[in-house]
Amino acid sequence: MRRDRLTFAMMFGIPIVQLVIFGYAINTDPKLLPTAVHAEEQTPIVRTLISGMKTSGYFDFVAATSDPRETAEMLARGEVAFVVSFPVGFTQQLVRGDRPQVLVEADATDPSAASNAIGYLNTIFTRALAHDLNGPLRALAAQPPPYELIVHPKYNPEGITQYNIVPGLLGVILTLTLVMIMATTMAREVERGTMENLLALPAEPHEVMIAKITPYVMVGTVQTVVILLAASILFSVPFVGSLFVLLFGISIFMIANLALGFAFSTVAKSQLQAMQLSIFFFLPSLLLSGFMFPFRGMPQWAQTIGEVLPLTHFLRVVRGVMLKGTGIADLQQPFLMMTGFAVVACVIAMLRYRRTLD
Amino acid sequence: MSEFAIDVHGLVKRFGDKTAVNGISIQMPRGQVWGFLGPNGSGKTTTIRMICGLLKVSEGSGTCLGFDVVSESKKIKAHTGYMTQKFSFWEDLTIRENIEFVGRLYQLPKLRERVGQTLETLGLTDRQHQLAGDLSGGWKQRLALAAVTMHKPELLLLDEPTAGVDPQARREFWDQIHYLTAQGMTVLVSTHYMDEAERCDEIVYLANGALLTQGRVNDIIDQSGLVTYKAEGVGVRQLSEIIGLEPGVEHVSYFGSALHVSGPDAALIEQALNKTGKVDGLEWHEVRPSLEDTFIALMNRAGMDTRVHS
Ligand SMILES: Nc1ncnc2c1ncn2[C@@H]1O[C@H](COP(=O)(O)OP(=O)(O)OP(=O)(O)O)[C@@H](O)[C@H]1O
Ligand SMILES: [Mg+2]
Repeated sequence: MRRDRLTFAMMFGIPIVQLVIFGYAINTDPKLLPTAVHAEEQTPIVRTLISGMKTSGYFDFVAATSDPRETAEMLARGEVAFVVSFPVGFTQQLVRGDRPQVLVEADATDPSAASNAIGYLNTIFTRALAHDLNGPLRALAAQPPPYELIVHPKYNPEGITQYNIVPGLLGVILTLTLVMIMATTMAREVERGTMENLLALPAEPHEVMIAKITPYVMVGTVQTVVILLAASILFSVPFVGSLFVLLFGISIFMIANLALGFAFSTVAKSQLQAMQLSIFFFLPSLLLSGFMFPFRGMPQWAQTIGEVLPLTHFLRVVRGVMLKGTGIADLQQPFLMMTGFAVVACVIAMLRYRRTLD
Repeated sequence: MSEFAIDVHGLVKRFGDKTAVNGISIQMPRGQVWGFLGPNGSGKTTTIRMICGLLKVSEGSGTCLGFDVVSESKKIKAHTGYMTQKFSFWEDLTIRENIEFVGRLYQLPKLRERVGQTLETLGLTDRQHQLAGDLSGGWKQRLALAAVTMHKPELLLLDEPTAGVDPQARREFWDQIHYLTAQGMTVLVSTHYMDEAERCDEIVYLANGALLTQGRVNDIIDQSGLVTYKAEGVGVRQLSEIIGLEPGVEHVSYFGSALHVSGPDAALIEQALNKTGKVDGLEWHEVRPSLEDTFIALMNRAGMDTRVHS
C-alpha cells in the first residue's frame, strides 16, 4: 500500500472531503435567497415590509422592477427564487383595514429550498409592521394580519419532491456509471496486457478516445430512456419543455462525463485507482450540485465548486426543461459550462495519454 | 530509402536506476532474418520496444525503416508489425473482431476481403466467432502473427513467437517466416531455441543489456576458437564434474545423452580427457562446437553470470 500513493491519499481524502462538505457546505435551511420585488408603489409601509424581509436573512433583494413580465422571466430562468409583488393601493387598503394581498411567487422546483423562507414570511411581516402600526393604527396589529399573504409555488405547485428528485436522478445515475466505466478503460487494457498491442498499433490518442467513448454513449442513452420512461409512468413527473432541448443537454452532459472518465483513466494506474478517482469526483457532485441539498443554501466557496461540476448545470437544464419549460435561449450558460468542462477534460486526457509503455 | 531496416547506435534504456539496455548498436540490412538471443532479462524485449517506439530511448539514436526512433514512432508503427512476447490481443473479442480491429487501425482498404483472406490462410474461418481467449497457446501465436502481418509491413519484430508452441507448429511458424522474407519482409525474431537461431541469416546475442556477439552462426562458432569433444555412453554423467575441474576445460555440458567438453586449446582438453575421461571405454571425438557451446563459452569469458535474476 505504501507504493500506491493514490489509494493512500483516497483513504484520507474521501473522509476529509465528506467531513468538510457535510460539516460546512450543507445547509438545509438556505438563507439569502435571491428575490425580486415588484412594487407598484413606494410607501413607508412597503419599505418596512421589504426591509423586514431583508433583515430576516432569508431574502436577498437582487432586483426591483415595476414590470411583472421581467420578474416572471427572472423566475423562469432561475435567477431569482422569489418574486414579491405589492399591488397599487396596497398601503391605502392596509390602512383602511381592507387586507390587501401580497403576492409571493416561489420557484418550487425544489420544494424544500423555498419552504422555510415561506413559512417564516408571516412572522417576518408581523414583526416588521409592529413598529409602524402604532398610534391610530395599533388596532391593525391585532390578529388576523392586516394583509393577505398569497403564495404561488410555481412549477411544482403541490410541492412534490419526486418532481425535483427524479429528473435529477437521471444526472446522478449518468455521472456515476459513465465516469466509473470510462475511468477503468485504460487500466483494464494495462491489466489484461493488451496495452502493449494497442500502443504498437498506429492509433492516435483521439481515435482511441472516440472508440472507447462511443459504446458508452449507447449505454447512457439506454439509461436515459429508462429513467425518462420511469419518471413519466411511475412518478408522473410533468414534462413541460422541449424533448429536443433536453436530449441536446443530455448529449453534452454524457460527453462531459465520458471525457472526464477517460481523463481519469489516463491517470489511474489500476482499476482500483480508477474507482477511487471516480468516487472522489462523484461525492462532491452528489452533494454540491444542488441534487441533495439546495444549491443556494451553500456558502459561496461551495457554490463556486458546484458551478464547475457538470451535474450542477445538467440539473438546471433537466429541471428547467421538464418542470418549467425553459427554452434553449435561457439555458445557454449551463450548456456552455458543460461544453467547457468536456473540452477541458478532453485536453487533459490527450495531454496525459501515454504513447509509450514507460 | 535507407539501406538498413534497423540502424541504431548506442541505445540505452534505464528504468529508474536500473540499466536494462546499455549501449546497443544494430545495423540490420533489409530482406534478412535475424535472430535475437540472450538469457532472460538480457534486454531483448526492451531493445525491440525501443526500436518500434514503445519505450522512450534513454540515450542513443537511430532509425527504423529510415524513420527516427525517437521522433517518428508513428510512421514506424505504420510500417512494422510487432508481435509481443506475451499474447496481447483482446481475449474478450472474437478472432474475427480482433483481426478486423487491427485491420481498421492500419486503415486497410477492402477490409472485409482482407479479413476473410487472413482467416482463410490461418485456417480459422470455421472458428472466427470464437473468443480469442479460448484459443490454445499455439493458436494464439498463429493468430497474433497473422494479425501483425496483415498490413504487409516492411519489418516484422517477433518477440519469442514460438515460446510454448509444439515442434510441428514451430516448424510451420518458421516456414511462414521464410515465406514472408521471400516476399521482401525483414524479420527480427527473438528466441531461446538454438535450432531457430541456426535458421537465421545472422544472430545478435545480448547479455546483461549489452551486445556480446553478432554475426553468422558459422562465423561466430569459428571466431570463438572453441574446441569441443563429445562422448556418449553410460558412465558419462558421473564424469562431468571431475572433467570440469581440469585446467583448460572451459565448460562441460549435456546434449541429450552426450557430454560436450569444450575449451580453447585442443591439447589441454586431450590431456584432461586422458586423465579423467577414459573410463568404461568411452569414445571421445572432436566435434564442431554447437552454437550453444559457443554461447556458454562466450558468456564465461565475458565473466558474466549467465542469468539476471531480478
Ligand atoms: N518496465 C520495466 N521497469 C523496470 N525494469 C524493467 C522493465 N521492463 C524490463 N525491465 C528490466 O529490464 C531487464 C531486461 O528485460 P527484458 O524484458 O528486455 O529482457 P528479455 O531479454 O526480453 O528477457 P526474456 O528472455 O525473459 O524475455 C530485466 O532485468 C527487467 O527486469
Ligand atoms: Mg523478453
